Amino acid sequence: MLIHPRSRVIVFVACILLLVICFFSSILLGYTDTSFTSLIHSFTQFDGSNEQLIIQNVRVPRAIIASIVGASLAIAGLFMQVLTKNPLASPSVLGINAGASMLIVLSITFFHLQSPNATIWLSFIGATLSAVFVFGLSSIGKDGATPLKITLAGVSIAAMFSSITQGLLVTNEVALEQVLFWLAGSVQGRSLDSLHMVLPYIVIAWVVSLALGGKINTFMLGEDVSRALGQNTALLKTTLVVLVIILAGGAVSIAGPIGLVGIIVPQIVRMFVKNDYRWMIPFCGIFGAILLLLADVGSRYILMPEETPVGIMTAVIGAPFFIYLARKGGTVK
Amino acid sequence: MNMIKLRNKYFSLLFSKRSFSVLIIALLLLISSFIVSLTLGDRYISIPKVLSVIFGEGEKIDELFIQAFRMPRIIIAIFAGISLAIAGAILQGLVRNPLASPDILGITGGAGAAVVLFLAIFSDNRTNQLTVSIKWLPLAAFIGAMISLVFVYAFAYKDGELRPLRLVLVGVGFSALAQATTSFFMIIGPIFRATEANMWLTGSVYGANWEQVKIISVWTLVFIVLALSFIRHINTQQLGDEVSTSLGVQVEKNRLILLFISTALVAGAVAFAGAIAFVGLIAPHIARKIVGASYGALIPLSGIIGAIMVLVADTIGRTVFSPIQIPAGVFTAVIGAPYFIYLLFKTGKR
Repeated sequence: MLIHPRSRVIVFVACILLLVICFFSSILLGYTDTSFTSLIHSFTQFDGSNEQLIIQNVRVPRAIIASIVGASLAIAGLFMQVLTKNPLASPSVLGINAGASMLIVLSITFFHLQSPNATIWLSFIGATLSAVFVFGLSSIGKDGATPLKITLAGVSIAAMFSSITQGLLVTNEVALEQVLFWLAGSVQGRSLDSLHMVLPYIVIAWVVSLALGGKINTFMLGEDVSRALGQNTALLKTTLVVLVIILAGGAVSIAGPIGLVGIIVPQIVRMFVKNDYRWMIPFCGIFGAILLLLADVGSRYILMPEETPVGIMTAVIGAPFFIYLARKGGTVK
Repeated sequence: MNMIKLRNKYFSLLFSKRSFSVLIIALLLLISSFIVSLTLGDRYISIPKVLSVIFGEGEKIDELFIQAFRMPRIIIAIFAGISLAIAGAILQGLVRNPLASPDILGITGGAGAAVVLFLAIFSDNRTNQLTVSIKWLPLAAFIGAMISLVFVYAFAYKDGELRPLRLVLVGVGFSALAQATTSFFMIIGPIFRATEANMWLTGSVYGANWEQVKIISVWTLVFIVLALSFIRHINTQQLGDEVSTSLGVQVEKNRLILLFISTALVAGAVAFAGAIAFVGLIAPHIARKIVGASYGALIPLSGIIGAIMVLVADTIGRTVFSPIQIPAGVFTAVIGAPYFIYLLFKTGKR
């Protein structure tokens, strides 16, 4: 199913179009049906009607957040697979989700914290602490942060953090009730303000990521080879970890732990474009955004008028497609 | 040679003298944690008294505490630990991926979804009570594990072969679906049901009884013996398909048998002990750091380490925060992870 290098540009443009379509369906579809004209009117001739308020205050922020979170998670997942040389890796291998969840549950249990802004910062701090801890630990020793060491240090630290979270939740029913929805991941009801705090960093991280494509191509030839070609591999690895922290940590702080995007989107992209990270990174971003937008639209219809967490819908939409591709692609590497 | 060979037509085990002494030490450690765990609880029973109960000469009240409450629970913890760890060790060798663990095949996820469904279907929302006996929960878990197994195999099987990577990817997709089902039913249901499900999902041997012990011990022992007799085939699986085939190994057939053994072990463990995380992933890694990658000593040692992890975790869970019971699954990582990180650190510096 690989696409020919020459037709990549065409496919890329097609994917962007698909993204735009998904973005607008996310704005227009839902419990309150809205039309395309009312979307335009809400920006050209705002009259404060119910429909226009919903568009401006609920739908548009939601679509923007879903796209940003999806794109960031997918790119972060791709970088984790590069760092660990393991197709099963995702940002959770650095303990991003485990660290964020632990800090949130800790602060709910012991400080009865509820303000949304504090949640954002706490989860970001939790994600960062855990990732720095994992990377620091795996960098000990002469051979530096080898893929195997990152993986093993990561899974054990992530497991330790999530067992602390589980322990707190098992003994505290109130906390469980409060965080259950957050733990499943959701882009609902997050205002654009929450995004403003994290967005600048995420955008910078995107730009840096796109610029790194060529370097990662070299890096994937093997560490010895790339070092012989004059590449500073330790610096590249550290940069990738910092990018994963900003992208996945930012995503988890806005939307809670959404698991699957980071694993499956890079795999899906790999079946279309292979071994050229200059293309894989942007494709990951676009597919990630599409997956999360679709999942978010789907989540509005399952329990209508109530919402299902988007983390659940990502699995429902993404997993069957993923299984289909895994079956079809005989060359999955 | 510094090697010990146990070999006949069906059976071949090979390990170094050093691994042999490591195994003996690990076994002694398991036995002592077994005895210490029997002494601890609401009522402290000293070691000599525990021993006399084991040999059938103890006081009535001690006998009651040990026979009725502690022993079944401890035995299930041990069997669950052994099963998960051995299954993990086999899977890591089969798919040649350090992230492989029983969870990744979707077996644990399927069992979890079945348990949550069971709780959702058979509970009465007005009285917050189950309408059938909780005794059936293990059966639900077992059926869930088996159904997901069939699904994962069916989707991963293609062109007459079962490629490890495809199996893992399908497993990942399937566990994601199972997890989505689980959280969906936890969120739409009342909170008491979510609490109960969460308890199971964390993994707990609370409420174990002798009936369960009988089933799990027979089940596990059969598959442990099978696993041990197949150890040599895991060694060849690790070499990669081309090398193994050229050595005349029936790669496909062995792989199917090994997969079946490990899933059967996991299904038994999750049925009675819940989705205890981390043991299947980390116990084999710890064992590998100690005795190396040859499966002769690795499988038994992983099993013993897994048993110690779950046993100690459950003992902490039922004693330290008493009267609150904390599921064993909470502590498996807290016990295993620091030790593993220490090992990682030690070998990293070398």
